[in-house]
Order: sequence, then structure tokens, then C-alpha cells
Amino acid sequence: MHILKATIVKDLKILRRDRVGLTMMFFMPILLVMVITSVQNSTFELVNNNKISLVISNRDRGPLGKTLTAGIGKIGMFNIQEADSIQTEDNISTEMHNRNALVVLLIPSGFSSYIQHKADDIATRALSDPDSIQPAQVTPAPLPDSLKMYYHPVMQPAFRQSIQGALESAVQVIQGETIVKKLYQTVNQREVPADLEKQILLSRQPISEIPVSRSGTRFVPNASQHNVPAWTIFAMFFIVTSLGGSIVREKNSGSFIRLKTLPASYLYALFSKQIVYLMVTMSQAIVIFAIGNKIFPFLGLPALNIPEEWIGLFCVTFACGYCAVSYAIAVGVFAKTGEQSNGFGVISILIMAALGGLLVPSFAMPAHLQNIIQISPLHWALEAYYSLFLEGGKLRDIWMNILSLVGIAVLFQLITLYQLKKKNLI
Amino acid sequence: MNHPAIKIQGLSFQYPQQEGLYFRNFNLQIGAGERFGLFGPNGAGKTTLMNLMAGLLSYEEGSIQLLGQEIRNHPKSTNRKFGFVPQDFSFYPELSPRDNLAFYGAWYGLTKKHIQKRSAELLEILGLTTVADKELRSFSGGMKRRFNLAIGVIHEPEVLFLDEPTVGVDVQSRHAIIHYLKELNNKGATLIYTSHQLEEAAGLCTTVALMDDGKIIAQDRLDELLVKHGHEGMEALFLDLTGKSFRD
Repeated sequence: MHILKATIVKDLKILRRDRVGLTMMFFMPILLVMVITSVQNSTFELVNNNKISLVISNRDRGPLGKTLTAGIGKIGMFNIQEADSIQTEDNISTEMHNRNALVVLLIPSGFSSYIQHKADDIATRALSDPDSIQPAQVTPAPLPDSLKMYYHPVMQPAFRQSIQGALESAVQVIQGETIVKKLYQTVNQREVPADLEKQILLSRQPISEIPVSRSGTRFVPNASQHNVPAWTIFAMFFIVTSLGGSIVREKNSGSFIRLKTLPASYLYALFSKQIVYLMVTMSQAIVIFAIGNKIFPFLGLPALNIPEEWIGLFCVTFACGYCAVSYAIAVGVFAKTGEQSNGFGVISILIMAALGGLLVPSFAMPAHLQNIIQISPLHWALEAYYSLFLEGGKLRDIWMNILSLVGIAVLFQLITLYQLKKKNLI
Repeated sequence: MNHPAIKIQGLSFQYPQQEGLYFRNFNLQIGAGERFGLFGPNGAGKTTLMNLMAGLLSYEEGSIQLLGQEIRNHPKSTNRKFGFVPQDFSFYPELSPRDNLAFYGAWYGLTKKHIQKRSAELLEILGLTTVADKELRSFSGGMKRRFNLAIGVIHEPEVLFLDEPTVGVDVQSRHAIIHYLKELNNKGATLIYTSHQLEEAAGLCTTVALMDDGKIIAQDRLDELLVKHGHEGMEALFLDLTGKSFRD
């Protein structure tokens, strides 16, 4: 115990004097979390709170072009600017730039007459005698240019599709209303009464959005809830640069030769590093979570809500830290130089982060990667944190993740022991 | 029963992935309490032999006994009997001498109290008391060399391996180191020492062995060896036995 205590004190003193290492382990992750949360927060706000700037160029001379513009306005998702100045497709880019717009919608001339012809056609066919051998006489619908949506190339496909879906729904509402009106006219030989038209217009069923969490809480997920836990995991694994390098430095220094002649096992040295760097990873998580919870609101970022499941949070953080430390030690034991340790360590963490869903959500990955992501400890840690931070999960919901993290950590430890035995160091 | 400090019998050793044996049927005995000097040109095998005796290299054939205990597969606790002062600085330069001694003392199994007492003694003897809490990386070569010795002797070993302990130091530091080594020997420690400083070695060692090409070419008390070969000094004896050709 005395040997271990003395070794821990030695490692803590060396770490305290390694200002660059400490900066890498604490300051840089905090900066990373802040920057990424800020960037993601603006995207969240763009999608959730801010209206999307939409320019509508209505070339239709009938009433339905205006009705469509009004209908799009009622969706509430767009900040609409009408532009009659768009005469040709060539000046769309200039208009988008000048008006700082993300999307331009071009309503073609003849849009009203197309919709009305289509309604006539459907009404005629719907009211014709189904037993008649001769099909009902239908008026051929004219084919104007389609509606065109021009978009800024930086827009992500998912975001673009949600805009397209909203615009299509507005068009469908107009089509539906026109068909219903036409059917009413044909059947009753008069215009739709104003009160019925109003009912038709207001007949859309609203959908309430309610976030569902396992704990029953109803707080809305924000950029901090998504990013702070994810990049905290990354920071914990990033200690490979400091710990892996420290092991390589010690191995290549004269002190290692002397350690091999001392009457105690080298495992004390590695066990001490595990304890010291496990403390570092736990401190990283505490500092980053505290900053997310207390400092973020002062920076205009949403506050990180700390889960009520403290035991679960501690267990995941501990298991993740243990796994990160075990990985860094394995890298340090195998690497022959600092360059090898840092190069392999950093790239492998980035690969594991990508597989773990830190860069792209795991569910969005191709099918052939779905099994491979299971080998990334960052995947298990991220799933567990999301369960706690986003879904209000309990310890019983994440025990499998904790077990997987510990299992992977034990595997790293066994690989390390094998290498130490092979090199005659234990 | 008094065991020799070192007894090597029929040792054969080969570096992994290198052709040819480095040592073949090698024999050597060093008595307890001796001041034993191991000399030879570069590549003669001095450091390899030192590393084998200290258990840093493993061997398959033959036997190396340290105070009667076989070095191969020996329990780690045996390492408490000897101290090792390698040619390279072997300490943590980010830490102070006191911190380093606290760490190495614990690994040698000393109590906290004992470490404090020995640290104070050693730092005083080796002239490092005033810098005991400063980082070692700021020390001069001579100070580092003196401190390198302090770690190897903190646990008062029975056998002390010294691989060129005075290389690159000034006269004052060399004098302090040699003086302290003689003191240790007077208290009963066996010194096994290599160096290229032949005059310094002549002043320290009572028994010497000259090595070349992995073999002992001469071994005896220094005065008897000089008389036997008709030389007055170590350097002349060395050149006579090992030749004048370069050994790079």
C-alpha cells in the first residue's frame, strides 16, 4: 500500500507540473464543448425557434397563387418575402443573396387554372355513374411548369426535406379545398356557404408535440443536452495523448531501467496511473457538466440539465473513465515512441467517436456499420448518457451499457498484461 | 555461510534477434566486500554483463548467483539486496531530489520515516541539501550524477552495481562520489564498477577484471596484476592487454 501511495503521489506531482498536458485535458475539451454547443445551438434555434427566410415569386395570375402564399404563411415556419422581381431563373441567386434567403419558391403562371382544372376533372369523375360503360367526359388538365423550390446548398438534406414537406402540405390543402368546393358546387348547384368554407379551411387537425422521457419530465432537449455529454466522453478518451505519452516517456527514460531493478512489480506503476487518470477523467466530467449547468446560461447557451439519477450518472462516468484510461494505457504500453502513441491514439479515438455516434447519430449509419459500432466504447457511453440526459433514464435502463464499458475496459487490460508479460516486464 | 557477492558459472548469452553468442561459457566470481572494477574497450561486454547481473537481461544457459541467490526467475524481493546506478540518469527530472527519493525509497520497501532519515543523510553527503526541493531538470551534470548515485544507495544495499558513475562530471563531483563509494565499502557493501576513467579506477578498485570480446582476459588484485605484467599504471596495462586498435 505504501508503494502504491508513493507512486500515486509521484504521478500526481508530475501531472501537476505538466501544464501543457493539463491544458489539453481540461481547457481544450471545455473550449470544444462550448464551441460545438454554440454552433449546434444556432442550428437548433434555426429549426425550432427562428423562421426560415423564404422568398416567393408568384407568377400566377389567378387567385390560388395568393392563397398558396397565404397558406404557407399560416404554417408559421417561414419568414416570407414576396418578390415579383424574379423574372428569370438567372437572377434567383442574386435575389437569394440580397434577401439573405435560404429558400425561393417559384409559383408558375397557370397554377390556379391547373388546380381548378384538376378539381373539375376529379369532381366529374367522382360524380359519374360507376355502372356506365362510357367513362365520364373529362376535361384534360393543362400542364404548367411545376412549382420549383430553390435552396441554399449548405442546407442539410433532412432540413431541406422538412421544408419541402411543409410546402407540399400547403399545396395539398389548396388542392383539397378546391376539390371539395367543386364537388359541393356540382352537387348543390351553388357556391359553398361562407360558414362551411370556413369550417373546411379550419378542419386541419392540429398535432401537439410533447417530448417523452422515462422519468416523466417534460423538458425540451436542447443543444447542451445533446452536445455536452457527447463531447465529455470524447474529452475523457482524449487523455490518450497525455497518459499514453507519459507511459512511453517513462519506458524510454532511464527511470524505467531503474524501475525494473527495484523489488516491486511494474504493475504498481500502471495501477497508480490508472487511479490518477481515472481521477482526471472524473474531474473532467464534473468540470464540464458544472460549466454546462452554471456557466452556459451566462454565455447565451441553454443550461445543461443534470439528470436526477445521480448513481447512474456516476456509474456511467466511472465506467467510461475506466475504459478511457485502460485504452490509453494499452496504447502507451504498445507504442515505442511518443509519435506512435499520439498519432495512433488520436486517430483511433476519432474513429471510435465516429463509430460511437458522436459525429453522426448511430441510427443514421449504414446497415453494415450497425454491428461494428458495438465495439466502440464511446457508443455505449453515449447511449447511456443520452438515456440519462435526454430520456430521464434510470440505472436499470443503462446497466447493459455500463457492463459493456467495463467489459471493453477489461479486454484492454488483458491486452496490456499480455504485452507486459511478453516483454518480460511483469 | 558467506556467499560470494557474485558467482557466474557457464553463462551463455545471446541478444534476441542477433546472431552469435555474446557470452559463451563465461565464469566470474566476485567476493563479498570487494571493490571490483570491470574494464575493457567499447563493446567488450561490460554493460551487458552488468545488466545480466542486475537481472535486466534474462539468460537461458548457465547460472548467475547474487549472494547465493540465482538471479534467473528470482523473487522480486531479492532485488532489495542490490542497488543499481546506471550510466543514464534514471530519475524523474520533473520532480525534486526529495520527491524522487520518497518514491524510490518506497519501492525499495523503506518506511516513510526511514526514507526521510536516509534522504537527509544522502543529500548532505552528496552536497544537495540546498537544492533538495528544486526540480532536477535544472541541475548541472555533476549534481545529476551525484543524485543518480543517491537513489541507488538509499536502501543501503549489500551489492552496488555502478555503470560509469562519474562519466562527464567535474573533479569536485568525482571526488565526492569516489569518497562516498569508499565509505560504503568500508561499511561492508560490495562495489561492482565499470568505467573508462582508469586512473580513477586505480584509486578505487582493489580487484580488477579486464574484458574483451565477451571474455575475461585478466583478473586479479590490481597491484599483483601490475607487477605480473610489468606496468606501473592502469593505462599501460590496459593497452598491453587489449591492444591499440579502435573498437567503435
